[in-house]
Amino acid sequence: MNKITQDIVAEHGLTEGEYSQVLDILGREPNLTELGIFSVMWSEHCSYKSSKKWLKTLPTEAPWVICGPGENAGVIDIGDGQAAIFKMESHNHPSFIEPYQGAATGVGGIMRDVFTMGARPIANMNALRFGSPDHPKTRHLLGGVVAGIGGYGNCMGVPTVGGETNFHSSYDGNILVNAMTVGLADTDKIFYSAAAGIGNPVVYVGSKTGRDGIHGATMASAEFDDDSEEKRPTVQVGDPFTEKLLLEACLELMATDAIVAIQDMGAAGLTSSSFEMADKGGVGIELNLDHVPMREDGMTPYEIMLSESQERMLMILKPGREEEARKIFEKWELDFSVIGKVTDTGKMVLTMGGETVADLPVAPLADAAPEYDRPWVPTPKPAKISAEEVQQPNDLREVLLKLMGSSEIASRKWIWEQYDHMVMGDTIQRPGGDAAVVRVHGTDKALAITTDCTPRYCYADPETGGAQAVAEVWRNLTATGAKPLAITDCMNFGNPERPEIMGQFVGCINGMKDACEALDFPVISGNVSLYNETNGQGIHPTPAIGGVGLLEQSSQMMTMGFKSQGDQVYLIGDLTGEMGQSLYLREIEGREEGAPPSVDLKKERSNGDFLRNAIEKGWVTAAHDVSDGGLAVALAEMSLAGNKGADITIETDLPLHAALFAESQGCYVVTVDPANSKQLQDLAETADVPICLIGTVGHNELKIENALTISLDELGKEHGSWMPSLMAGTAG
Amino acid sequence: MKARVHISLKNGVLDPQGKAISNSLHGLGFDSVLDARQGKTIELDLKDMSKEQAEKEVDRMCLQLLANTVIENYSIEVID
Amino acid sequence: MKACVIVFPGSNCDRDLKVALTQSMGNEPNMVWHGDSELPETDLIAIPGGFSYGDYLRCGAMAGNSPIMREVVRKAEGGTPVVAICNGFQIATETGMLPGALLRNADQSFVCKDVDLLVAADNERFVGGYDRGQVVKFPVAHHDGNFFADEETLSELENEGQIAFKYATPDGELTEEANPNGSLNNIAGIYNKAGNVLGLMPHPERLISKELGGVDGKTFFDNLVHSIG
Repeated sequence: MNKITQDIVAEHGLTEGEYSQVLDILGREPNLTELGIFSVMWSEHCSYKSSKKWLKTLPTEAPWVICGPGENAGVIDIGDGQAAIFKMESHNHPSFIEPYQGAATGVGGIMRDVFTMGARPIANMNALRFGSPDHPKTRHLLGGVVAGIGGYGNCMGVPTVGGETNFHSSYDGNILVNAMTVGLADTDKIFYSAAAGIGNPVVYVGSKTGRDGIHGATMASAEFDDDSEEKRPTVQVGDPFTEKLLLEACLELMATDAIVAIQDMGAAGLTSSSFEMADKGGVGIELNLDHVPMREDGMTPYEIMLSESQERMLMILKPGREEEARKIFEKWELDFSVIGKVTDTGKMVLTMGGETVADLPVAPLADAAPEYDRPWVPTPKPAKISAEEVQQPNDLREVLLKLMGSSEIASRKWIWEQYDHMVMGDTIQRPGGDAAVVRVHGTDKALAITTDCTPRYCYADPETGGAQAVAEVWRNLTATGAKPLAITDCMNFGNPERPEIMGQFVGCINGMKDACEALDFPVISGNVSLYNETNGQGIHPTPAIGGVGLLEQSSQMMTMGFKSQGDQVYLIGDLTGEMGQSLYLREIEGREEGAPPSVDLKKERSNGDFLRNAIEKGWVTAAHDVSDGGLAVALAEMSLAGNKGADITIETDLPLHAALFAESQGCYVVTVDPANSKQLQDLAETADVPICLIGTVGHNELKIENALTISLDELGKEHGSWMPSLMAGTAG
Repeated sequence: MKARVHISLKNGVLDPQGKAISNSLHGLGFDSVLDARQGKTIELDLKDMSKEQAEKEVDRMCLQLLANTVIENYSIEVID
Repeated sequence: MKACVIVFPGSNCDRDLKVALTQSMGNEPNMVWHGDSELPETDLIAIPGGFSYGDYLRCGAMAGNSPIMREVVRKAEGGTPVVAICNGFQIATETGMLPGALLRNADQSFVCKDVDLLVAADNERFVGGYDRGQVVKFPVAHHDGNFFADEETLSELENEGQIAFKYATPDGELTEEANPNGSLNNIAGIYNKAGNVLGLMPHPERLISKELGGVDGKTFFDNLVHSIG
């Protein structure tokens, strides 16, 4: 057996301190397999060692939360004995190295997390960040990632109903691919991962194990350098067809009561799944690695334990149920193998070829996973930029057209047309709206789903940015009429060993926490991706938030498109005129400066609750929140979505360009039939919500008094052509 | 023994992948490329038998499953 | 009326088709597993969309060789109506029930969107709910929907009224822009010679209620039930 040298320890990403802890726990030197296991279990990806201290501060409870963070995915109650199960997860590093397979396996992994818990996936979403549009790699990465997400989700027959995409040079060397899945289960049929029942069989199902992805989890926790592209062989290849079979087989077995516990083999494969199951159940596990179905000859215990081959699951079955389970998996042409049993030793004992190849205590290894209180410095607060400090542009019309065709606002149709967003027959709000809405099959209910984050805000002021990300998710769900229930987070940051990066992390968490508390919007699952840096250059802090809301009556769902000529247009909320970090400043003046718009969580809540109430009463005919690009962009988007223009007059003390393009938070644009106008205003007054009539829905142009008139054709062309031209390589 | 089956689209059938490949090669400055066609290769591990027998057997596989002769040509290479 | 939906490993529009058929028939279709070699008594066979066998090798190739398809072909030859949607259409061409083949989309990307379709021929059984020349809206969602046939077959299809649907503009014009995948002659769906087998790439089962964005698909299934009864 190899002697463990300092170099080998370092290659496994363990610090000297961590290695001496290993020696303490074992009372001896580990062998290579054991060292490999420690290394993945204690990697940032599996142990959350830098982030745990802060993640614990996030609110995770509410009366409707059935299961918060810590399981494969979070679970919320949506009434009638039904639960929504969801999570978002990153697959950033693999997607940069091989965009198609990286993104595809990311989607496959998150779907497995959800159906492991007994849920049928009903919708996929994603949050993507790419480098600057003119960076030589961006087109290739965007094309590959989108094809990979589609390739996996489409084949699985789970609709990919939307997402968000940003472009910024801070992602040139580290793109972000965050995938979210929402599933549906019965509340009395949810499966957890804690192993139990001494003597119960441990069963391996799914694909065979190969050498793919060995050390993926440690790779995901290391910074990139210029050699990273050489690391290609460690990227896994996805097989969505097998996963579709695995999904159907698992759900079929779950309909019986044969399963005690189940866990997907994700990052760090057999190692983390078996340790997590044993640790949660407070038991030991014995595995005979000879029984692991293998794809390649001559695999070592080290390789078997660390392989990240996809589409595999580990289950604990009730005694005597093996044959019944085997039949189901064989029907679906999947591997099924009893590879071990649950023991009362509290130890993980692995044998192969009749020899013990690893013998590790479960609890000490899991509980002693390092937890760091990394030093951090708060991000200095940038100065606010008021309307007066930004020069009035000559032509507001040109400004709006430019923003509509800018990288952040331009239509994402090129992306979502490559996703099957309608399969399963329940998508009632397709991509392109504030949130996607899918019906809860066979009921009157529906779930609204969105992903959001504004990284440029988080970079300028992490605390405000963190709060804004949560608030925007809440707002987008509200705009569809849904009651926001819970979120999942995907925390993408740079190197946490740098105090300023750790400061960004802490700031974002603090902001998120405030928003979650103020909006009754707990975090029920999530994932952390650190070390998103290349040559010391970190990404913009990106706490991507995925949210789910409930519509009791799908027929009450609201959309953003203007509906009928003559409807009155109202603005809910106050325009603040704060110009810092606005897209206006970035696209028109080329400045990425200042403080992001302030987030007033109290107003956020009352404005949103008011809108939801008005939607429920049936008064509202269209609703859309104000976000990137401000009020003018919101109006343009509503016009394009409904193929109807509007006549708008804005009475304000602000300079017109600030009223139109500042990204004031907590605001919505809504339309109502004039017959309901009075009631809406009365309700606003009672609720103490600022509301202002700003115009009427018109015909085929968007007119803003004293500012601009643009035909919908021209708006649509500008909005629609940016991404196709980028991808065709013809962008100007 | 091994057999290799090469499958390609028939002439006259649009091959968008081949077209994209030749466009990309042109983009990279390979002006010598006149055209590109993409196909696939399937390698079969076979029980030992005579070369002739193998060719016959693989030909049947091609007709039945491996190739769609409405759009594809195939050729068989048997390696001892 | 009795209907069967054939389910392959990797089919994923089987449930959607079941929902659409149930809505129009008032009773549920039989879901038939690919490994079965016999079909229950049925008035209609439906082959759903999806990725049978992962679309590996060629879309529809392996499903086309499954035991149940031999039985489907036999029933079709005996006159049983068959509707084959998307991957079902690919499978039907692989078995030879329908002529031609479906290649990778011309722009090589998966495409999912509503398309306008010209009803190109009369066939009471399948499109009796529409008028010839009418434009209807169904969604497409496929990577390999680019219809190809040799010239002879193509002109036969055109001349014999075997083209069911063509991709068109909302006004019924057959333009290149209206064609989402490069299909020859904008072909979206075809009949066999006898007119009892329809294969089409678009998904009528996806637009069966206002909430989903349209009812042209509901009309399709209502008519099927009405005409087959």
